[in-house]
Amino acid sequence: MEKRVVFRSSPLPYLLVLPQLAVTAVFFLWPASQALYQSLLIEDPFGLSTEFVWFENFENLFADPLYIGSFWTTAYFSAAVTALSLGLALLLAVMADRVVKGAMTYKTLLIWPYAVAPAIAGVLWLFLFNPSIGLVAYYLKIVGYNWNHVLNGGEAMLLVVIAAAWKQVSYNFLFFLAGLQAIPKSLIEAAAIDGAGPVRRFWTIVFPLLSPTTFFLLVVNLVYAFFDTFGIIHAVTKGGPGKATEILVYKVYSDGFVGLDLGGSAAQSVILMAIVVGLTVIQFRFIERRVHY
Amino acid sequence: MVENRRWLNLLSHAILLLGIGVLAFPIYVTFVASTVEMRDIIRPPLPLVPGPHFIDNYSEALTRGVAQASGSPVALMLWNSLVMALAIAIGKIVISLLSAFAIVYFRFPLRMLCFWTIFITLMLPVEVRILPTFKVVADLGMLNSHAGLAIPLIASATATFLFRQFFLTIPDELVEAARMDGAGPLRFFNDILLPLTRTNVAALFVILFIYGWNQYLWPLLITTDASMTTIVMGINRMIAPSEDQTNWPVVMATTMLAMLPPIIVVVTMQRLFVKGLVETEK
Repeated sequence: MEKRVVFRSSPLPYLLVLPQLAVTAVFFLWPASQALYQSLLIEDPFGLSTEFVWFENFENLFADPLYIGSFWTTAYFSAAVTALSLGLALLLAVMADRVVKGAMTYKTLLIWPYAVAPAIAGVLWLFLFNPSIGLVAYYLKIVGYNWNHVLNGGEAMLLVVIAAAWKQVSYNFLFFLAGLQAIPKSLIEAAAIDGAGPVRRFWTIVFPLLSPTTFFLLVVNLVYAFFDTFGIIHAVTKGGPGKATEILVYKVYSDGFVGLDLGGSAAQSVILMAIVVGLTVIQFRFIERRVHY
Repeated sequence: MVENRRWLNLLSHAILLLGIGVLAFPIYVTFVASTVEMRDIIRPPLPLVPGPHFIDNYSEALTRGVAQASGSPVALMLWNSLVMALAIAIGKIVISLLSAFAIVYFRFPLRMLCFWTIFITLMLPVEVRILPTFKVVADLGMLNSHAGLAIPLIASATATFLFRQFFLTIPDELVEAARMDGAGPLRFFNDILLPLTRTNVAALFVILFIYGWNQYLWPLLITTDASMTTIVMGINRMIAPSEDQTNWPVVMATTMLAMLPPIIVVVTMQRLFVKGLVETEK
């Protein structure tokens, strides 16, 4: 889509795009190209010698069981966060769409966790589940379950999944509610006249019509779980115990900044970029055409 | 509503209340923990009603902070966070408005190249280019500065697209009328385009302010000086490695203070917030 009427070209448009392009070039394109270049080098941690090794960093990564493990951890983590937050949000949205009284109040009370930073969400849940002082850990102990996510990898994973999903429910809720309210009431009334009960109406009419929203949220939630949850991991488990919660984004950080393996970290960055590009392409291709029955 | 089923309505309300309870529970516990003494916390269970030490804990946090986090007071952290969030939000909006204006209202060589260059930034979140970006900022001498906290994050493909979409819906007749009256491009931008864009700017501002306030990884990387700590990353430094030595009441007071500004923004500007959220994702 283009404008028919435009202003005469002069140096002005260049000046107008200059700030945006300058920031993009200095802080996005240059570092990204550096990451690409670095990923082909092996450098010792003190920067004394560098060697150009083509794809050896990548070969090393994919031969490294820790890296493959981190892939699986990320897949598991993202799937769990997405399923949990989408499921809860859909349930709440369907209920909020039903009620007449207090709908606005419910909405207000359900959307605010969006404003909480992931790292802080992590701290909140860390405090609740702290093995020695946490309230939930205390009650679990009373019913006979000894919670200790500092030692138990499975519990650590559960904790970061809960914290990550908790923060994302509000966002999904808002989009599901908007999607539900856009479904024509006449369809639902027609089904009701044909004798379909609420559950049947949901599965045969509402849920299929909601599929574009669901698909959109699926992609957004995956991106969130892949990239925005660094703060949660860093605040709650630091990737531990062992490597139980070391997702890819956290591994880039810990290998690069803590382990000072520059080439390996850059190679991981490049792989992550490829994943973002893939997800963005999926998002743009399908959001325009919309999944539809 | 199609039919009136009493038990189903009750169930809906019950589920919603339960949902709100689960969402609010961690915050409530945090609030309680910020009003009691260390003694009450290390001897679980934590009481479920707020204690009498609200003022002590919050004033200690605001003025002195926690020793482990090199003792920078939370008031300073709040200030740093505010500067960073405002700089990111305003910076993104300003440069995106300008570039969207240029791309929509001018035809110039390399226009599409500019457009696609901006588009690419969408695919390069900080998380995937940590080390090289850090190096650029270090070479520019921007470590431990407000500029270093904000400027690398202000390029925005999303905001540029949003403004581009909006400008495209503005009728061409307005430009024609403005030109007939002898207005140049800057005059048109300032007197016609900006007033029309006001609601979109406000909606976007709400989203971007929260985005800026909640930044974690970036400040963690580029600030080593305690006086530049932002509050969201500062909390993490307050939690001692062996968690039992952590001064929890003060840490929890800090957590409340860190959550408050963005939550207030969301709840008081709910309409703008929802508008901004829906638009930035389309």
